[in-house]
Amino acid sequence: MKDYNDYETVIGLEIHAQMRTHSKMFCGCPTTFGSEPNTQTCPVCIGMPGVLPVINKTALEFTIKTGLALSCRISPFSRFARKNYFYPDLPKGYQISQYELPICEGGFVMLNVDGAERRINLTRIHMEEDAGKNIHDGAGSHVDLNRAGVPLMEIVSEPEIRTPKEAAAYVRKLRTILRYLDVCDGNMEEGSLRCDANVSIRPRGTEALGVKTEIKNINSFKFIEKALEYEIERQRRVLSEGGRIIQETRLWNTSAGVTESMRSKEEAHDYRYFPEPDLVPLMVDDGWISEIKKGIPELPDDKIRRYIEEFKLPAYDADLLASEKQTAAWFEEAVSLGANPKDISNWMMGELMRLLNEKAIAIEASQLTPVHLCGLIKLVSDGTINLKIAKTVFEDMFNTGKTAGELVKEKGLVQISDVGELEKTVEQVIAESPNETARYKAGETKLTGFFVGEVMKKTRGKANPKAVNEILKRLLG
Amino acid sequence: MEPFRLTIAEAAAAIAKNELAPAALAESVFTRIEAIDGKVGAYITVKAKDLAMEQAGRLLTGGQSDRPLYGVPMAIKDNMCIKGVRTTCASKILEKFIPPYDSTVTNKLDEAGYILTGKTNLDEFAMGSSTENSGYFTTKNPWDLSRAPGGSSGGSAAAVAADMCIAAIGSDTGGSIRQPASFCGVVGLKPTYGLVSRFGLVAFASSLDQIGPITKTVEDAAIVLSVIAGGDHKDSTSAHTDIPNYAASLTGDLKGMKIGIPQEYFIDGMDKEVETVVRAAIAEMEKLGAEVVSIKLPHTAYAVAAYYIIATSEASSNLARYDGVKYGLRVSGSDLIDTYKETRARGFGQEVKRRIMLGTYALSSGYYDAYYKKAQQVRTLIKRDFDEAFKLVDVIATPTSPTTAFKIGEKTDDPLQMYLSDIFTISVNLAGVPAISIPCGFDSANLPIGLQLIGRHFNEAAILQAGHAYERHAGWYKRRPSI
Repeated sequence: MKDYNDYETVIGLEIHAQMRTHSKMFCGCPTTFGSEPNTQTCPVCIGMPGVLPVINKTALEFTIKTGLALSCRISPFSRFARKNYFYPDLPKGYQISQYELPICEGGFVMLNVDGAERRINLTRIHMEEDAGKNIHDGAGSHVDLNRAGVPLMEIVSEPEIRTPKEAAAYVRKLRTILRYLDVCDGNMEEGSLRCDANVSIRPRGTEALGVKTEIKNINSFKFIEKALEYEIERQRRVLSEGGRIIQETRLWNTSAGVTESMRSKEEAHDYRYFPEPDLVPLMVDDGWISEIKKGIPELPDDKIRRYIEEFKLPAYDADLLASEKQTAAWFEEAVSLGANPKDISNWMMGELMRLLNEKAIAIEASQLTPVHLCGLIKLVSDGTINLKIAKTVFEDMFNTGKTAGELVKEKGLVQISDVGELEKTVEQVIAESPNETARYKAGETKLTGFFVGEVMKKTRGKANPKAVNEILKRLLG
Repeated sequence: MEPFRLTIAEAAAAIAKNELAPAALAESVFTRIEAIDGKVGAYITVKAKDLAMEQAGRLLTGGQSDRPLYGVPMAIKDNMCIKGVRTTCASKILEKFIPPYDSTVTNKLDEAGYILTGKTNLDEFAMGSSTENSGYFTTKNPWDLSRAPGGSSGGSAAAVAADMCIAAIGSDTGGSIRQPASFCGVVGLKPTYGLVSRFGLVAFASSLDQIGPITKTVEDAAIVLSVIAGGDHKDSTSAHTDIPNYAASLTGDLKGMKIGIPQEYFIDGMDKEVETVVRAAIAEMEKLGAEVVSIKLPHTAYAVAAYYIIATSEASSNLARYDGVKYGLRVSGSDLIDTYKETRARGFGQEVKRRIMLGTYALSSGYYDAYYKKAQQVRTLIKRDFDEAFKLVDVIATPTSPTTAFKIGEKTDDPLQMYLSDIFTISVNLAGVPAISIPCGFDSANLPIGLQLIGRHFNEAAILQAGHAYERHAGWYKRRPSI
């Protein structure tokens, strides 16, 4: 049989991230997603004769911010270039991009895959404008230019990714960082984060790169690994059958689960890049770079480290809580209110995430706030309610926005810890269950659970379980 | 005197003194257009007379001191956008194009109170030196209707020369204001690259294009330049410098001004009469107190080659937007590629296609370094030539064109010969410096000859001052074509 270990996979990713600016890259049109076709356009982004581009300073700032967060070198001197090709969704017949002198060079992304640290180096980050969209229906083909001119960052990795799993981890990590920086919403389904992959394989132990293919149209997280696995498998099959890989662009076909040839190297465009004469070279001064640096928040890796060291959280918890800026902020707010970090983490990763997912609510929109949670944790720790009741209180808080104190009072959920009162109930249960009592006394101690359950039924869950256990042991023992 | 004969300065003075109503001036100019444009063909679109008269009628006699072009009828080259006015670039591909926006220049002219007469003819997309490349018709030279008016701003120059407007606006990528001004015996100024906003000017070669005035006198050029110059947030390549009152620099004095004469601009094969007349004009300036110095611009010989690579490269990209998808001509084909091909094949003329192909080739993978990059390096050397020369002199004087106006059809079969008619104007665009062409005499066929004065970056004041002093002394501006 084929020995797949004979080959090593080489993957480089190009991520296109739509920037969350209010206006487009080179004009003042809004960038809102999903508007009526061609309602967010002007002579500049439609490419009318005689109009000129003007750089969106916020887009430049976002790109520099991203570059700084990824440890890139920020070029003091960079320039835009024209990438020339004909397509109906490209109104000027060229895309304004960067070519020879991008704004950011170098940098890296740290990954943790299966417990191992991996550093993926970046080649560059550059700015460019998005194209519009071609729409085909029964009536013919149409062009919607609302998206034309929306600012994009293209983040290019070195060909250092070795497995589809690493590739997916890389995209997830970049997405997290972009969202932390608030420069991109990271929504792959809406196309605000797009991923093209360059894939080749080579005999293990060799240095020379194999012939690569470029995979486009990977528009969901789910498909990154699938598309890459398919393509690697395809290339291995071709090589093992004595064939040759053709340098080409391939499209990921989501429904068929395969990559399909789109165009070969011979059919590739000659983009005829040249410096954009309508824009002067960009000079970025150090003062502004320092300003932008100050605006960078604590990033996920630093947070994870801090959560582990300062709050003694397990790595798993830290990782999950730091994965989204809003989740981390929620957690940190709760911690600042004085509750135990691990208790907070348990509630968040369990009940809170479950309910947020079920109801499709963003954590920052939840009416259950860190104040609510800390109130609940306090009621549990001081013995006012037990954990089981707490879970129902939690859900009620989530649904109503009322505090734990209010709900406990309203529903009379205060835990019964009074030994005298509990003893009476336990005696009653023993009296009503002669069979079980006999079996227990004969050594079937696992029946403790049955007795506790019966006590809980009679107290509507309010009995302090610890106290009940002790009483049972004493009365049956 | 007929009001249409007036200069801007004269018309403004007459309006200010209540001697001339803006409506009477407009009436005179529009009647002139009706009378002779059939022969000259300067305009592609003439503004409806009743609309212009209505606009002029609203303007009060007596003028407004803060509006230097109050009631002045002016023509605009048909490659500058005016909201609601058809803008064709003399191309079939934009035959029905009506822009929904104004160019910055026409906005500024509006604020200064001008009255639009119409849009003037040009070589298609400003590519040419004779207006013979217009997609519609060829403009005739008012001095000799069998000859070309020069180009590409031939319509604007002819309209000024034939008094079919008081002044006009042109654009200059390699000589397109100065060469037709020279051929038509009027003044043409190409400002420093970046002095006048290009917003709304349909791009030919973005790093070379500049808008400027074509006028009857240097003083008028100064007046118009003060109106249209200035930084514009819509044009990132425009310079945000203080704009002087250029008319104030017209002292009439040449004493102590150092004028450089580059050896490389008096070449074998140039018209002897042109050389004699230009040298005589320089001698006149010397008599007026200027100091004449011989200088060198050693890379001049490479200018035409570098220009035709850079200009066509940029053009090949700038003209990609005319694809039949969004506006302008669409000739539907069997599929998308076919529609592109048919639209561009029918919409563009021969010269435009030639330049798109040249530029596409020059930018192609594998050729970029040998052509485009090399040409940019040559451009830097040419710029340096001027920097060095301007350490020695204030102004450089050369002929504007090696010949006077040639016959219509004379050079249309030989693009290279046509390209060489811009040999003296092209370096100026590559260097980005300002230059003006002013009438300096006539040849034996009574055709005007132009003197080109080149200045330092953003020192339009010096060339206006020198040109004005010479012009007042020589008085050639008084001679007009007898059309």
